[in-house]
Amino acid sequence: MAQVEEVRGLAPRILDLLKDVEELELEDVEMELGDLELILQPPALTLPPAKPEVRLKPERIIEERFTPPRMEYPGKIVEVKIGSTKSEGGTRSRSIVIGGERNPPFYIFEAPPPNPPSISIDVFDMRIPLAKPVKEHVEDVLDDPAAWAKRAVDKWEADMVNLHLVSVDPLLKDTPPREAAKTVEEVLQAVDVPIAVGGCGDPEKDLKVFEKVAEASQGERILINSVTLDMDVGKMADIVNKYGHTVIAFTPMDMDKARELNRKLYSYLPKDVIVIDTTTAALGYGLEYAFTIMERVRLAALMGDEELQHPISSGTTNAWAAREAWMKMDPRWGAREFRGPIWETITALTLLLAGVDYFMMMHPAAVKTVKTAIRDLISNRRGDEPSLMRWVSTRF
Amino acid sequence: MGLNQILGRRSPLAKRSLSPTEVYKFLPRTNCRECGEDNCMAFATKLVNREATLDKCPPLREKGREASWRALWELLKPPVKEVTVSSRRASVKIGGKLVMYRHELTYHNPTAIAIDVWDEMPEEELLKRVREVGELSYEYIGRSLKLDLIAVRSTSNDMGRFGEAVKMVRENTELPLILCSLDPNVMEAGLVAYGDGKPLIYAATRDNWKDMAELAVMYKCPLAVSSPGDLDGLKSLARTLTEHGVEDLVLDPGTTWDGSLSGTINNFTMLRRAATKVGDELLGFPLLAVPATVWVSEGELPEVKAWREACLASMLMVRYADLLIMHSLEGWAILPVLILRENIYTDPRKPVAVESGLRTFGSPNEESPVLVTTNFALTYYTVAADVESSGVDCYLLVADTEGLSVESAVAGRKLTADKIAEALKDSKVEEKVKHRKLIIPGRASRLSGEVEELTGWTVLVGPLDSSEIPKFLREKWGSKPP
Repeated sequence: MAQVEEVRGLAPRILDLLKDVEELELEDVEMELGDLELILQPPALTLPPAKPEVRLKPERIIEERFTPPRMEYPGKIVEVKIGSTKSEGGTRSRSIVIGGERNPPFYIFEAPPPNPPSISIDVFDMRIPLAKPVKEHVEDVLDDPAAWAKRAVDKWEADMVNLHLVSVDPLLKDTPPREAAKTVEEVLQAVDVPIAVGGCGDPEKDLKVFEKVAEASQGERILINSVTLDMDVGKMADIVNKYGHTVIAFTPMDMDKARELNRKLYSYLPKDVIVIDTTTAALGYGLEYAFTIMERVRLAALMGDEELQHPISSGTTNAWAAREAWMKMDPRWGAREFRGPIWETITALTLLLAGVDYFMMMHPAAVKTVKTAIRDLISNRRGDEPSLMRWVSTRF
Repeated sequence: MGLNQILGRRSPLAKRSLSPTEVYKFLPRTNCRECGEDNCMAFATKLVNREATLDKCPPLREKGREASWRALWELLKPPVKEVTVSSRRASVKIGGKLVMYRHELTYHNPTAIAIDVWDEMPEEELLKRVREVGELSYEYIGRSLKLDLIAVRSTSNDMGRFGEAVKMVRENTELPLILCSLDPNVMEAGLVAYGDGKPLIYAATRDNWKDMAELAVMYKCPLAVSSPGDLDGLKSLARTLTEHGVEDLVLDPGTTWDGSLSGTINNFTMLRRAATKVGDELLGFPLLAVPATVWVSEGELPEVKAWREACLASMLMVRYADLLIMHSLEGWAILPVLILRENIYTDPRKPVAVESGLRTFGSPNEESPVLVTTNFALTYYTVAADVESSGVDCYLLVADTEGLSVESAVAGRKLTADKIAEALKDSKVEEKVKHRKLIIPGRASRLSGEVEELTGWTVLVGPLDSSEIPKFLREKWGSKPP
């Protein structure tokens, strides 16, 4: 079966390369005469006489070793602890620690992550437009954030609850800060997991709301979501500090802005109360920007960029903004009851591999899949290798 | 000097650090402009940025320049080899990766997706499935997302049967094929039946490597190498097959899901790092993942398997798989995978923008509506599709927001009342319509007062989501301006 054209014989290449080499020393080579099969090919008559081509065909497998390409990283992500137990002055049954990584996400061949990423489920303090596949699971608790939170924890095993005080928006209900703080207290009583509390995005109103909320939940070490560059950062940081909470620093898809906000916060806060959110865009609607910024942030942090060494949060629920997630489409693309939740799931799994430590999610099936994936990714279990080839000849 | 160096087993590292000067010194330096650039230095810069290829320089192929051509080839070749799988009419390139992370440059050759059929399928079912794979298509930002290959598996292990199935698939699709059998005799029957083209042979293993290598050389086909969960074995096989003379390999480190996802993801990650960062040429080949393995497990609902397969495919696409073999054709499972591929493979160096200016839909007249949107490709194509589906003749004014969506552009002051006023003036649309009514996106509603002041036009605030445009135009516009 010798091929006349283009034989990758070693001999001519070696000769070519040895033109300027005086001495040749062979390393890492073992040869047994039996391993070599020499095939000499007569040169074709029409061509000028060439060097005889030599083809060495291995008789048996040439054993090589694979060395895991491990690296060292000068940087480390800070650990942020959310939620306080009774002994710590709070009422949570446990705290949750996120961050602490010393290497890229799930490079288990170097080291497993010290803390698995956590998943929180979104709860809203008023009725908002929700996609049908999400709504059907919470229809009966839409007006009761405490009951909604309880379901998220008891039924869907959320690590945390993420309460969004949407109603405080001056353009919506303009709920007063005191009343919003009451809702937070109700949720704290309904569940014993750590909680995060979000505002409405109005920088002035949110500040007033967070002040009351922080005071009402003093000692619980909640995660305040979020502080932004267009807020009075100093004032916000003082609130976080005074009542002993943690905070998400939110910036719009820009590494420099993420650094800038962190720099501002460092004047008031210790590093280990800050989580960063560099914005999540939906699969199909800018996910690649979200993914690459998170990946770059995490790698830069590990390589020593001290302004980015924080756990990363993702508003994964944004996946539902993609029309493919909620719209009725041609039957070819299946029911949205599947399409919606898998949209959220794949958005989350993609960002999980970029370095996200804290997910805010919505659909129970998505939450369950991502939890399973996290468990599997940190387990370091190996597959059942012998059965792996069965797919080739199995009728599905 | 070790043998490895002599054989050139180390590819040049850190492709990005390659400077145009290094490339320039091997170019003809005649500034002949045959490549379309003004001079050789400009061409060198293009080469380094992977925006041009060597074949654009004809003088390089002249007699006496062979050494320069070879040197350039070595300098520029990707650490992950590009392998072509082809049918008589179509070809798919896999691998050819220059970097590990997309922000280091960009990813080339989007992960190819193959869907399986098997040789014991009833003829009608087989043909229907082959047709379905070929026809599947989704319009996304002005592109058609499609599947790339068909993987024909031999479940019969029967030479005749496999040959027939391959022939039937070949006659009914233009897509390139992957032939799957671990039995070299069955594989050869498939290759003979296939005839012209270069299907991917799946697979050489520790047990059959020699026969498979002979087939790959004889039929000039790329060869997949499978060594599930054993990277020592994978590397040993890559070395052995390379020495044997097989040049185009595709590496399959095994795909698992059942609680051992970490092993799979780690293997893919280590392999890609070894190729791109360490420069291990034995591992510098495209990587193959088989999410279809989830279908081997028994007793679960098909929906559960399709769901799991899509998740696995997505994670492996993010973690360096260059080729996927999949089974499910469920639309809801395949669509997110196709879109994720498009996202990950978008060139991060290019702002995703379309040209700004005035677009017409249908045959608008002086009574037709004028709508505003941004030049972010995703926004534009989504809006354009919705405007088209409304069937209303109209003008669409595309403002230059530097490729940002409406929401981001309003927040980042890239879409302002000034910008809209300027775009309106430049478009000369006021000479085309008699009315002075402008429809702006719902997410830009806060600009309406200021736009009215600056332009003298009346602003109508459109819907938040452009899917509501048809309804909006029907109710608010009808046959003439409100």
